[in-house]
Amino acid sequence: MSSLQLKDLYDGFRDPDVIKGYQKVIATDAQKLSRTINIMEVCGGHTHTIMKYGILQLLPENIKFVHGPGCPVCIMPKERIDHAYVLSQQPNVILVTLGDMIKVPGSNGSLQDARSKGSDVRFVYSPLDCLKIAKENPDKTVIFFAIGFETTTPMTAALLDTVIKEDIPNILLHLNHVTVPEPMRALISDEACIIDAFLGPSHVSVISGSKIYEEFPRDWGKPVVVSGFEPVDVMQSISMIVKQFIENRCELEVEYHRAVSREGNLKAQAMVDKYFQKVDFRWRGLGDIPQSGLGLRAEYDKYNAEKIYDAVLPKEEIDDHKLCICGDILKGKASPPQCSIFGTACKPTSPVGSCMVSSEGACSAYYKYGNLI
Amino acid sequence: MTKTITLAQGNGGEENNDLIKKVFYKAFKNEILERSEDAAVIGNLAMTTDSFTVSPLFFAGADIGKLAVCGTCNDLAMMGAKPKYLTCSVIIEEGFEVESLERIVESMRAELAINGAVVVSGDTKVVPKGSVDKIFINTTGLGEIVQAGISSNNVSEEDVILINRDIGCHGATIFAAREGIEMSSTLRSDCNSLYPQVKALLDAGVEITAMRDATRGGVAAVLNEWARQSDVCIEVDEEKLPISDEVKGICEMLGFEATALANEGTFVLAIKKGSAAKALEILKSFEVCAMASVVGEVTQKYPKKVILKSPWGTSRFLETPNGELLPRIC
Repeated sequence: MSSLQLKDLYDGFRDPDVIKGYQKVIATDAQKLSRTINIMEVCGGHTHTIMKYGILQLLPENIKFVHGPGCPVCIMPKERIDHAYVLSQQPNVILVTLGDMIKVPGSNGSLQDARSKGSDVRFVYSPLDCLKIAKENPDKTVIFFAIGFETTTPMTAALLDTVIKEDIPNILLHLNHVTVPEPMRALISDEACIIDAFLGPSHVSVISGSKIYEEFPRDWGKPVVVSGFEPVDVMQSISMIVKQFIENRCELEVEYHRAVSREGNLKAQAMVDKYFQKVDFRWRGLGDIPQSGLGLRAEYDKYNAEKIYDAVLPKEEIDDHKLCICGDILKGKASPPQCSIFGTACKPTSPVGSCMVSSEGACSAYYKYGNLI
Repeated sequence: MTKTITLAQGNGGEENNDLIKKVFYKAFKNEILERSEDAAVIGNLAMTTDSFTVSPLFFAGADIGKLAVCGTCNDLAMMGAKPKYLTCSVIIEEGFEVESLERIVESMRAELAINGAVVVSGDTKVVPKGSVDKIFINTTGLGEIVQAGISSNNVSEEDVILINRDIGCHGATIFAAREGIEMSSTLRSDCNSLYPQVKALLDAGVEITAMRDATRGGVAAVLNEWARQSDVCIEVDEEKLPISDEVKGICEMLGFEATALANEGTFVLAIKKGSAAKALEILKSFEVCAMASVVGEVTQKYPKKVILKSPWGTSRFLETPNGELLPRIC
């Protein structure tokens, strides 16, 4: 038997016939809808899929998408990026973070700019790569600027776990982890919110289980379908949502059965709970959302870069440019091309607002892939 | 533009173009330069220069020496010129092993022979440790134009777009080697001299409008440059883009697009429709070009834009890559 190849994981999920098949099913079912339904894809990964594969072009007029806040880079307020920038400039510091974060401008510039001015800024694929950097640079302090939703949080916890167990003296964390249900709750609490249903990110539920979405159909009357990221996954999930509406159901369903359970990865959840606790977090474009972030528990203060470098870190909150309408885009009140600075003053090479800052943001996806229809 | 130079400004994409236009073109303004061809055409000669800085120096499929000859000779070949004379200028970091230098120079010698070109002048500088990353090589090339009139400013609706082989191998190989990703033992750079392929096409009388090797910025950058320079729309069928499973795998893992990855032996051709079948047959006679493919057509649908059409009937713009090549977060 031949071994499993990477392409086996996506090939079938981009099958043109299957995608066209779902297009027909959705078109037929959507005729039975009594009104337009607005689906929010919570995660930037889904925004990317929808734009890259032209999913919008396959949908009937009465199915719309509202692009959600779920991109760890997009939601980072400028003052937190300024923290990273300042930390990278401290003597004998190596500032480490994940890919795209390096490009996002704070008020003094991006980490890319800091690097061009002499700071030692590096990106890694996994937080655990910090261990190698710390061992190779015993005279330096390695600060991991941790970002991401439930998907990346366990790896940061695993890094801290190793640091403590192996008594590694030169790794600190600056935590910016956030969680998905709180912003969803914040968005639908807004009276002007037009969201009718959610597409839940599957990779979050691989860790946290599908259970984190149970409150939305039960308490808020909003169906949720936990969906994979391939075009077939997204088309199937849209079809599942449409069927719920025409059958007058309001449920949590899982399309991504291949890896999502109700409970999720309990070991990962325990690791996260051991080291981190819920804290308030200010979201770029959305503002303060109570208990939507994760901070280090007080007993681990000696690993907390935010505490150790408190004296040099800026404290002032910085809002996006007043012409930026990212907040409205995230709430579904506006779409990217409606913004007066979209594609002019605000571009991926010089982003002004949150939705343009990483490739997974709604504005960035619209800019990059355009929209031919 | 930023106040200090960033790595993104060397990416072969949008920021790179911006830097070149606002600093170099502004100062050096002249008609030849502004044609933005792979090599300058001066009478019946083509001239080009390129500097090579790659880490690691030795990688699957090639090394910096082979790259330094292929890169410059290929730029000449893309103008329908036979590479003839090269200069070789090296900046070496103090402490560099002579054995490695000899390996690099031997690679250059072997590749020069394939092109039928010779190095006629050179320069050597040694700088203190830390001033450069091991070794930088600059090569300047002079070629004799065999077929005149090949230009990326002349692409029209009479042409179809071809790619000679599978795309993205070089970029994926270098990225995997640099970041220690042990993805696949068969992933190799496409680094290769293109003049033999070009010569075969010219000898057979294939009507070539434009050729460009898809180095930094990849196939996406070439197609966008052509669309802009020739004021046309290029429509590409995504399923016809030749991409190996290994490169697809790297792209899936890291969130890259194969069309944005660098190549060193892959070129895009605009060929008169009537010559396409013959061109494909000739290209496929080369072992490395087994996946050669007609990938798209030229229209006026959206002038200056490139459209990528999916197998399920949707379409989107394919933009010039921007930013530093960074892996996605999740």
